[in-house]
Amino acid sequence: MGSLERVVVVGASAAGVTTAETLRREGYTGGLVLVGDEKVLPYDRPPLSKQVLAGTWEPEKTVLRPDSAYAGHGIELRLGSAATGLDLARRTIALSTGEEIGYDGLVIATGTTARTLPFGHDLKGVHVLRTVDDAVALRGDLLRSASVVVVGAGFLGSEAAASARRLGLDVTLVDPLPLPLVRPFGDEVGTAIAGLHEEEGVRLRLGTGVTALHGEGAVTGVGLSDGTVLPADVVLVAIGARPATGWLDGSGLPVDDGVVCDATCRAADGVYAAGDVARWFNPHFGGLMRVEHRMNATEQGMAAARNLLGAQVPFAPAPYFWTDQFDARIQAYGVFPAEAEMVVAHGGVAERKFVAHYLADGRVVGVLGWNMARQLRADRQLVRSAA
Amino acid sequence: MKVRIDVDACVGAGQCVLAAPDVFDQRDEDGMVVLLLETPPPALEAAAEHAALLCPALAIAVDR
Ligand SMILES: Cc1cc2nc3c(=O)[nH]c(=O)nc-3n(C[C@H](O)[C@H](O)[C@H](O)COP(=O)(O)OP(=O)(O)OC[C@H]3O[C@@H](n4cnc5c(N)ncnc54)[C@H](O)[C@@H]3O)c2cc1C
Ligand code: SF4
Repeated sequence: MGSLERVVVVGASAAGVTTAETLRREGYTGGLVLVGDEKVLPYDRPPLSKQVLAGTWEPEKTVLRPDSAYAGHGIELRLGSAATGLDLARRTIALSTGEEIGYDGLVIATGTTARTLPFGHDLKGVHVLRTVDDAVALRGDLLRSASVVVVGAGFLGSEAAASARRLGLDVTLVDPLPLPLVRPFGDEVGTAIAGLHEEEGVRLRLGTGVTALHGEGAVTGVGLSDGTVLPADVVLVAIGARPATGWLDGSGLPVDDGVVCDATCRAADGVYAAGDVARWFNPHFGGLMRVEHRMNATEQGMAAARNLLGAQVPFAPAPYFWTDQFDARIQAYGVFPAEAEMVVAHGGVAERKFVAHYLADGRVVGVLGWNMARQLRADRQLVRSAA
Repeated sequence: MKVRIDVDACVGAGQCVLAAPDVFDQRDEDGMVVLLLETPPPALEAAAEHAALLCPALAIAVDR
């Protein structure tokens, strides 16, 4: 590929900002445009379901960099403009403003958007939680309300349930699966999380699906698959996220549950992807992987930037993830396949202070810590060295 | 170089300790970051800077 004179990064959040900064840090001096469809300065999402929802942080504290940092690095920040199309042959991107911009190098970092239920989202009081606007709107509604039903007991739903409970609301957490966070971490950890929530007064309706949202104009209740209707002033739908790749339709770029990339995060000649939107071949685990975690956005943004500049280094991390719920800080490093066997290696689950190892074929593929950060850090190397 | 930490923002990921073990440590109880060297010697500056870049909570600031 020819020399780089103009790089465009699409998606101005954790991965996009890191990509742009890394390009400069690695000595790239050409044109650099960072395109984002949100109107506000790029910000960090993890605090939205924690500190921002609970009210301990003002939303402004989540801003990643001051405005001046972009100009300081020679990054042309185009906020409030969405990429609407990609022409690989001509190496151009179409923007919602009607402009077309050319690139020699492109990094796609458009992340994910919240999944929605096929019904009920037109009712007032029904929310998703992905953006800072979502968080502010949800908090506003929670402060005016007595009860909230959270649909989905993954990490986002269970964190939000904890934050809402701390605000004093009557909280019910609903999920078709039998335990919170059971898909990634298994029965024992799921049971411990369920116990924590029940102790703190969260009502759990697990093993039950949601069939309808009731109300006229504003939501009043949530219909469950067992026929009951839970009264609700507010509903948070937290049923996962899907890659924001609609703008790539018809471009010819390989898209299949994310932008499909090789081990160097490359999707096509001069085109790379990073963060939640990227599904790349992770040589560390020998398969395609898409990771919706904060640390990956940073690390992959760095990797994509370096590889765009010619480094050709495979991106082979073990994913890292954390969640905070009530007084529990749960951290996980590696992968957690369903067939893995969980062994408590330090502390105890009952004391809610432990490190567990997840074994597949006799190797440690993942480690999980619950309020045991230092030990977990030490055990991370087991995941590395086993590979 | 001067290093500042924001314990309020720290999520206990330990990236900083892995990147610069002579500059950062973590509290045992909750994994929160502890600053060992506010003014790291030149030999540790690059590692401290790398730690600031990797920290997922942006809890580390490095002033040159
Ligand atoms: C409430 C919440 C809590 C979380 N908590 C944790 C946690 O505790 N731990 C953890 O590890 N992870 C957590 N995460 C996940 C973490 O925030 C994500 O992994 C991270 O934000 C991914 O960064 P990204 O830059 O890849 O994508 P995103 O943050 O999704 O950013 C993508 C950006 O691209 C923009 N965009 C999309 N389409 C276009 C387009 N066509 N044109 C222009 N711009 C576009 C989007 O508006 C957005 O600004 C949480 C996420 C949420 C929402
Ligand atoms: S890397 Fe950041 S979040 Fe992690 S322990 Fe260090 S300061 Fe805290």
